[in-house]
Amino acid sequence: MGGRKLQIALYWGAGCGGCDVAVLDTNEFILDVAALADIRLWPIAVDGKYRDVEEMADGELDLTLFNGAVRNSENEHIARLLRRKSRLLVAFGSCAHMGGIPGLANLATKEEIYDRAYLHNPSIEPGNTTVPLAQTSVNGYSLELPRFYQRVFKLDDVVDVDYYLPGCPPAADQVRAVLEVIVSGVLPPKGSVVGAGDRGLCDECTRTKAEKKIKEFRRPWQIMADPEACLLEQGILCAGPATRSGCGARCPTSSIPCRGCYGPMPGVVDQGAKLLSAVTSVIDSKDPDEIDAILAGLPDFTGYAYRFSLPASLLQRSVRS
Amino acid sequence: MTRKITIDPITRLEGHGKIEVFLDDDGAVQETFFQIPELRGFERFVVGRPIEELPRLVTRICGVCPASHHMASAKAVDGCFGGEVAPLAVKLRRMYYNAHYMHSHIAHFYALAAPDFVMGPDSDPAERNILGVVGKVGLEIGGAVIKARGQAQEIQRIIGGRSTQDIWCIPGGVAKGLKPEELEQIKPMTRELHDFALFSLQLFRDVVLGNPAYVELIVNGPYTLDVHNMGLVDESNAPDFYDGQVRVVDFEGTELYRYEPREYADYVAEHVESWSYLKFPYLKKRGWRGFAEGIDSSLYCATPLARLNVADRMATPKAQEAFEEMFSTLGGHPCRALLAQHWARLVEMVQNSEALLSYCDDPEITGDAFRVIPQEITGEGVGIVEAMRGTLTHHYTCDARAICTSANLIVGTTNNNAPIQMVTKKVAQAMIKPGVEPDQGVLNMIEMGFRAFDPCYSCATHALPGEMPLELIVWRDGEVWRRVRRNC
Repeated sequence: MGGRKLQIALYWGAGCGGCDVAVLDTNEFILDVAALADIRLWPIAVDGKYRDVEEMADGELDLTLFNGAVRNSENEHIARLLRRKSRLLVAFGSCAHMGGIPGLANLATKEEIYDRAYLHNPSIEPGNTTVPLAQTSVNGYSLELPRFYQRVFKLDDVVDVDYYLPGCPPAADQVRAVLEVIVSGVLPPKGSVVGAGDRGLCDECTRTKAEKKIKEFRRPWQIMADPEACLLEQGILCAGPATRSGCGARCPTSSIPCRGCYGPMPGVVDQGAKLLSAVTSVIDSKDPDEIDAILAGLPDFTGYAYRFSLPASLLQRSVRS
Repeated sequence: MTRKITIDPITRLEGHGKIEVFLDDDGAVQETFFQIPELRGFERFVVGRPIEELPRLVTRICGVCPASHHMASAKAVDGCFGGEVAPLAVKLRRMYYNAHYMHSHIAHFYALAAPDFVMGPDSDPAERNILGVVGKVGLEIGGAVIKARGQAQEIQRIIGGRSTQDIWCIPGGVAKGLKPEELEQIKPMTRELHDFALFSLQLFRDVVLGNPAYVELIVNGPYTLDVHNMGLVDESNAPDFYDGQVRVVDFEGTELYRYEPREYADYVAEHVESWSYLKFPYLKKRGWRGFAEGIDSSLYCATPLARLNVADRMATPKAQEAFEEMFSTLGGHPCRALLAQHWARLVEMVQNSEALLSYCDDPEITGDAFRVIPQEITGEGVGIVEAMRGTLTHHYTCDARAICTSANLIVGTTNNNAPIQMVTKKVAQAMIKPGVEPDQGVLNMIEMGFRAFDPCYSCATHALPGEMPLELIVWRDGEVWRRVRRNC
């Protein structure tokens, strides 16, 4: 990147701030970053002026790390602006990469969300019929609120993305490694998934696999998981077989099944379809009725299989007529 | 906090922390509106999911305080299974949560609050940030801050497997126990964190209390509100961050209510205004009485200061000393000075660090009875914890297959939505006078008011924490008269 300091921006779309905490979790490395780079925009920590970004020349930023999904016009506007100003744009974390957990909102309509939030819940003001409106007049004062898109999008639905850094949030050591690569200037091919492995999560999981088939699925609340054995082979749904490596198998190591935040492994288009294939392959039956009965132990398979990737899936959203 | 950037306020208002100020014919402030224009809808899209998955879904409400949502959710889910939790798991969850409090309070005090006090509220905005603080107090202290926050995160990771986007609580307990060798790793970090908490308190004494102008600003500035206080307390009325009863005390110190988590909907209700996506909680038994201060107000704060205001004492000795020093300096208990939040946060940091130390000495903490397997699905649960930014309530129901059928959330910052509106108006009225042009200084004075609440619109709506992009629009005669912007 030449002799001058890197010019970088970190920004959030529809996310939760956990990706920014992941950057903070590189701890002392933050000071190295501050020494190597000018952080031109990072709302959580640095008082950068947004208007300054507008006034930058196109391509003036070397790098933008964009976390969060795109669910309203503001997210899209900022994404387009930062794309124009940045030579490299990284979709940082599961939401920018695939839509993330907020993407599960694609299973509900806006009206259903309003009904639950404002009209029918145990603590709403008795008799309330008020909901937020795009245009309101209060005592003669005109006030406006934004409108939301009907669904959640991933970042590359609205702008061209150079690299994808998966994880919810990305592991801090992976964040550090990616930043070091970018500083080195030896860049991977455009479109690469970076800060992750190129195998399946099961390859880095230390649990013992015995090629065992199962007759029953058990939900995490129903069972005390064996601390050593493969969770899936204990009948606990684990997204490891459909998920890219790179996180260090941090959830299965703690006896908690993977839910797939690092996204599909290389070559897989639809993470949920891959998981379904993996799940059916461990079922110990060839009888259709028995298979149905076994699969009934997995209610809400959509919510498991696309926990982080619904907007990036072939399904994308539920549609009501 | 909100990160929406308004470029053209006519067409793109989304996500903006936008304050509209309307002036009357004489140029005095008539009305202000602090709009929060975002909503996510977690309450809806967790419906249909297996109930035991919720503690690892709702953490994405906020990545800065995910453990608060994880714990409140875990307790609500425990309730859906009859409520039995392994006693060791309760200890481990509390220990973990103490570490989370340390992480969050350190981050807030040094990154968000300290710039105003260490650099001064009138300092150059370009230096009024954590890097400026490090520059002024010294790189050595800056390194200590980074190290301490990192240790608080590492303790959570050791106990629960991860430090951000927690996964560890499952119905009846936790997924893994604490091994003796893991405890040995934690012990020295815990001792350092305790020292760091006491150091931070001393730094506050030296920098803030040593400056009469700051004390004057805290005690006698425009930053007071006559609204009530809410917080969780234990049986002896000491603050309890993980469990207990909710106590509501008025600003003169009289207890108004004390309730069990399951009773929350009898005591708290949420008002809706069509001009904001964020609801306005109030004391239900009094009914919605508008944005009004006073002894008859139905409004309350749920903040670090409110927690100390509803408490009679602290739970640990060093924290008790700090509690007594704070209230005696501020003129008695309870205290209405909103800027005392920052001090209250440090007092809480001390209690959390002392609690961590005591768990490290608990001979049972490395036991293996960290979970009971639920035997029945009872279908409903309410979990309340004190999130760093206020009382956090999760209420779930599930069906006979343990699938979530409803979820209701009242989150920390939301409790404070009406008080934040009111302090904004109060400071605007104090600062914007006929003939006086609003400028950056006005904006910062207003921001100091609501920043005292440490508002996290990630929790409250879906916007994000940090330096809030702000736009102050002053209307006069139906036209935009002045516009002051920061980060936008």
